[in-house]
Amino acid sequence: MSAMTYVRFEVLRTFRNTRFFLFSLVFPLVLYYLVAGANREVQNFAGTGLSFPVYYMIGMVSWGAMAAVIAGGARIAAERSVGWNRQLRVTPLKVRIYLSSKVLSGYAMALVSIGLLYGAGLTLGVRMAWADWARMTALILIGLVPFAVLGIVLGHVLTADSMGPAMGGITALFALLGGAWGPIVGSGVLHDVVQLIPSYWLVQAAGSALSGAGWPLRGWIVIAVWTAVLARLAALAYRRDTARA
Amino acid sequence: MADPGTVTLRPHGRRDDAEGMTRQQRTFEDAVGGLAIDLAGLHKSYGAIEAVAGVDLQVAPGEVVAILGPNGAGKSTTIDMLLGLTRPDSGTARLFGRPPQSAVAAGAVGAMLQTGGLIRNLSVEELVTVMASLYPHPVPVPEVLERTGLGDVAATATHKLSGGQTQRVRFALSLVSNPDLMVLDEPTVGLDVESRYAFWAAVRGLAAQGRTVAFATHYLEEADASADRIVLMARGRIVADASTSEIKGMATTRTIRATLPFVLPAELEQQPGVSRAERHGDTVSLYSADSDAVLRAFLSEYPQARDIEVAGSGLDAAFRALTGDPGAEFTDALQEVH
Repeated sequence: MSAMTYVRFEVLRTFRNTRFFLFSLVFPLVLYYLVAGANREVQNFAGTGLSFPVYYMIGMVSWGAMAAVIAGGARIAAERSVGWNRQLRVTPLKVRIYLSSKVLSGYAMALVSIGLLYGAGLTLGVRMAWADWARMTALILIGLVPFAVLGIVLGHVLTADSMGPAMGGITALFALLGGAWGPIVGSGVLHDVVQLIPSYWLVQAAGSALSGAGWPLRGWIVIAVWTAVLARLAALAYRRDTARA
Repeated sequence: MADPGTVTLRPHGRRDDAEGMTRQQRTFEDAVGGLAIDLAGLHKSYGAIEAVAGVDLQVAPGEVVAILGPNGAGKSTTIDMLLGLTRPDSGTARLFGRPPQSAVAAGAVGAMLQTGGLIRNLSVEELVTVMASLYPHPVPVPEVLERTGLGDVAATATHKLSGGQTQRVRFALSLVSNPDLMVLDEPTVGLDVESRYAFWAAVRGLAAQGRTVAFATHYLEEADASADRIVLMARGRIVADASTSEIKGMATTRTIRATLPFVLPAELEQQPGVSRAERHGDTVSLYSADSDAVLRAFLSEYPQARDIEVAGSGLDAAFRALTGDPGAEFTDALQEVH
């Protein structure tokens, strides 16, 4: 009896979902080459202190990886719609393992997205110290946690039919507000407000890593609070879903 | 994962039987004196509809029980509560002396639910392998594929199967668990005749190994062919619970109706040959397998009886009497058998 088998096959299933593969991985990559390729000489993009290829790399990573981890949990909706969850509830599989399989498959896909975009960044002249690459990657992986939990919430409250548009809208909104396609504003009230959004800190992973300090305390708090609140919602959504059956 | 160390493990021996399943293990001891299924006072309502209105059922290990009844009789709701999928409004369900979730977590229960699809992007063999990995002592995957006739489609993706094949995969998913208790909710819906035959052969294989099997069906034929015992449900209640032969005996029951005030059903049941008696207003109904003899005795005992009718022949009338007004499907199924 092995929990790993379920997780392993879940990751395998994710990679076999070619349609998702295409949208989650190829879209950000194409956009990166189109936009960053045309602006590769810009050294200080919109006053961020980052070159255009670096900023857009982290932007596209944030967008693609965010979509990947949300989709991990969101696939629960499709499995609920065919009654697979009820079938699993009459097996010894623990809920914790089931949810972990969704989170881990989302992260596996996110890592592929991150790897591809880092490679694309290298081809456009992005250079960083090893320590900075590592620090940036670590911050991204942590910053994705609330989105992985958000996926689980969506997987329990939405139907398989509404998932496509909901996912597209939600990831686009977070990407836009977080500055994945370019910083919204450099200062002012709106600037303060967007700092309360977890995707903002995802995009900040590059600048924070390069500064050598990581996120300021505010970033850690935003990520932690969103994670805690979404985890509470996920637990409620799960309980409501199973009680109704 | 459930820790196998927390339950009593025991090799079930290398019993070769006609169905060929060998070297099986059990999750629980045979629980001498214990019950595989113990439902007590189960009630469940959905809004104003009382789906299950007081079900008590005890099933000993090794029994093969059919839960028979028309659509809407409460079979599926009862099974969902039995499996721990639905919380009863009142009453308790226990499997092998524990709460259903605990028996399920220990891997003692295999279930095929009434509805359900398969997850995509895996082959049949991979899906059965995933399921096998969740249980403490699964049946080897190739053996399950062979027994369910899925060998030819083992490498096919689950979303490219026909309806009948999907149903066979669902059976394979429950069979691979190698359960002490197998619960099947309308398992043969959507199966062709040949697959049905293979399906029941596999179920009898489980029974031959002393496993407990409970299945819901609205076909008397299936209940008759595969169960030792039939639990007949109607309107959320168990209306008859007897061995298959006794239920078949009821199938030849006739009903004698008469207007007969002031006589209690209990008194009428004392008459030789009367299996059951009821009263509605001034009308009494007697159920008997030998209506001629009962009628003669009845007339001499109660000369004041009038408006006498002898109704119904065989299954249809008997089950109509027991289950109320069954759906057309059920009536048709009974007629077919009759």
